[in-house]
Amino acid sequence: MLAFTLKRLGVALLVALTVSVITFSMIYVSGDPAIAIAGEGARAQDIDAIRKFYGFDRPIPVQYYDWLVGALQGDFGRSYHMRQPVSDIIFSRLPVTMALGAAAIGFALLLAIPLGVLAAVRPNSFFDRFALTLAVIGQAMPTFWFALTLVLWLGVYWRLLPITGSDSWQNFVMPAIALGYYVTPAVMRLTRAGVLEVLSSDYIRTARAKGLRPPTVLFKHALRNAIIPVVSLSAVQFGFMLGGSIVIETIFQINGLGYLAWESIQRKDLPTMQAIVLVLSVIYVLLTLLADLLNAFLDPRLRVA
Amino acid sequence: MTAALPRAGMPTADEILAPSPGALLRRRILRHWGLLIGGLILGTIVLMALTAPLVAPHDPYDQQLARKLIPPIWHASAKATWAHPLGTDHLGRDYLSRLLYGAQISLLIGFSAMLISGVIGTVLGVLAGYFGGRTDMVVNFIVTTRLSMPVVLVALAVVSIVGSSLTVVIWVLGLLIWDRFAVVMRSATQQVRSREFVTAAQALGCSTPRILFTEVAPNIVNHLIVVATLEMAHAILLEAALSFLGLGVQPPTPSWGLMVSEAKGLMFFDPWLITIPGVALFLLVLAINMLGDGLRDVTAPENRA
Repeated sequence: MLAFTLKRLGVALLVALTVSVITFSMIYVSGDPAIAIAGEGARAQDIDAIRKFYGFDRPIPVQYYDWLVGALQGDFGRSYHMRQPVSDIIFSRLPVTMALGAAAIGFALLLAIPLGVLAAVRPNSFFDRFALTLAVIGQAMPTFWFALTLVLWLGVYWRLLPITGSDSWQNFVMPAIALGYYVTPAVMRLTRAGVLEVLSSDYIRTARAKGLRPPTVLFKHALRNAIIPVVSLSAVQFGFMLGGSIVIETIFQINGLGYLAWESIQRKDLPTMQAIVLVLSVIYVLLTLLADLLNAFLDPRLRVA
Repeated sequence: MTAALPRAGMPTADEILAPSPGALLRRRILRHWGLLIGGLILGTIVLMALTAPLVAPHDPYDQQLARKLIPPIWHASAKATWAHPLGTDHLGRDYLSRLLYGAQISLLIGFSAMLISGVIGTVLGVLAGYFGGRTDMVVNFIVTTRLSMPVVLVALAVVSIVGSSLTVVIWVLGLLIWDRFAVVMRSATQQVRSREFVTAAQALGCSTPRILFTEVAPNIVNHLIVVATLEMAHAILLEAALSFLGLGVQPPTPSWGLMVSEAKGLMFFDPWLITIPGVALFLLVLAINMLGDGLRDVTAPENRA
């Protein structure tokens, strides 16, 4: 387990480092980032001032090194527009997005696991087909349109929930549904496949032969093993959600990391943009690492890789 | 009794009665409702997109402010008219014409981005799957790195830096969503690589490109088609999200995501403005996904879950 842990840790570090290089060079895709910030037709002296302010006049490797060393110490530079350290802004917004992500994954699991189990217990039944249809429909709905439709019905016509803001838990219900439904099909399919596979295994037959009641077999014996891959998928999907929350946060005007990303993209606030991409990527790397280690801990057969 | 013995080259009665693989495939296709319905809807949308200049009742860019916000024909409003069956938007542009031309944008971006990502992902996946070892490790690393970066965020950031246009959106999406191609092509190639006919070709001294193109390629192309449909749907949804956030296709080009975005402020009074393009997007993505799932079922019936 130790060798496996160290190996996975090394890969994770290398991935994080590569991500940091890509994130850093992202601002150079257009050639000169100073011109990108100043906009087309800006005066030469303005462009020069921006170049000096951000330090774009230094050699690129030096810029990268300084940026990375700063980032490792939690210093992402200063936001040009907000006039305060980028890290302060990010870490004040991160909890909101985390809460939204947690609510979304909670919603997805609450819906997907029971449906997946029901579908697996009665394959090809009405429930199975219903769950499958739900999955196919869910995957085809554009997130932003689904969110707006929720606003229209739950918020405006039925007046059940507040439309915007992030003050009370009620503000998070619609965004969590809109963000979480997209993950539901994947979790449901995996639960169904897992339970189906486990139910046909020898130890389940033994458990049944012992005369255990069907619910005991299902919940104590089958689900425990079938749920392992679902746990790691959820961790990975949670990471995807943090990145995808930008659409939802702009629609519901939730003051989280996604909304901050959108604001900084609109204002071409490059240090903030870079920092958000890096932070979200590193969170994702950590989540997948955690999922891998958890899987290997629960299922020793996976430790060989 | 020479008549009882079949002459060389003549098929036996069994061979005549047994359906050919092509006929079997055709039979499976005709029995698969999801595939047929998906294909029918997609075919209709493609036809609409191709014939938009002929069938669109108005110029999609023509603004008639005097005729703005006419509701669609099924509304019990005196303003509804057959001159604008789906009504007009806030600038008095004919909604049906914009919807038809919008189909061109969605299909063009979805298809082109899918081609780019398909080439990248397939090359990486086939190389990793065929050569294994170190190549596999490197490709795995590249895929992991790509997966850890949030797609929507990176796409938005790059588009905002480079400046938005149809070409930029296509390339950014194409360069970002090749991960599923790589993962699926890798495992498909791994399965084919260990088959006897590949070993035989290697033993005969065939060159690696020849083996890849004549032995491996025909056996993984069905997987490729399935991923290609799913990724086209993915690209269409991403383009819609980018355009919705104002960083995709730029106005006044009619893109379905942009149409929803432009109607956002009016949706409480004229909800059909977001419903029509939203439903169009939903139907298109649903149709492509159904077609993809169906193709997987009919080309690999033994893997059907």
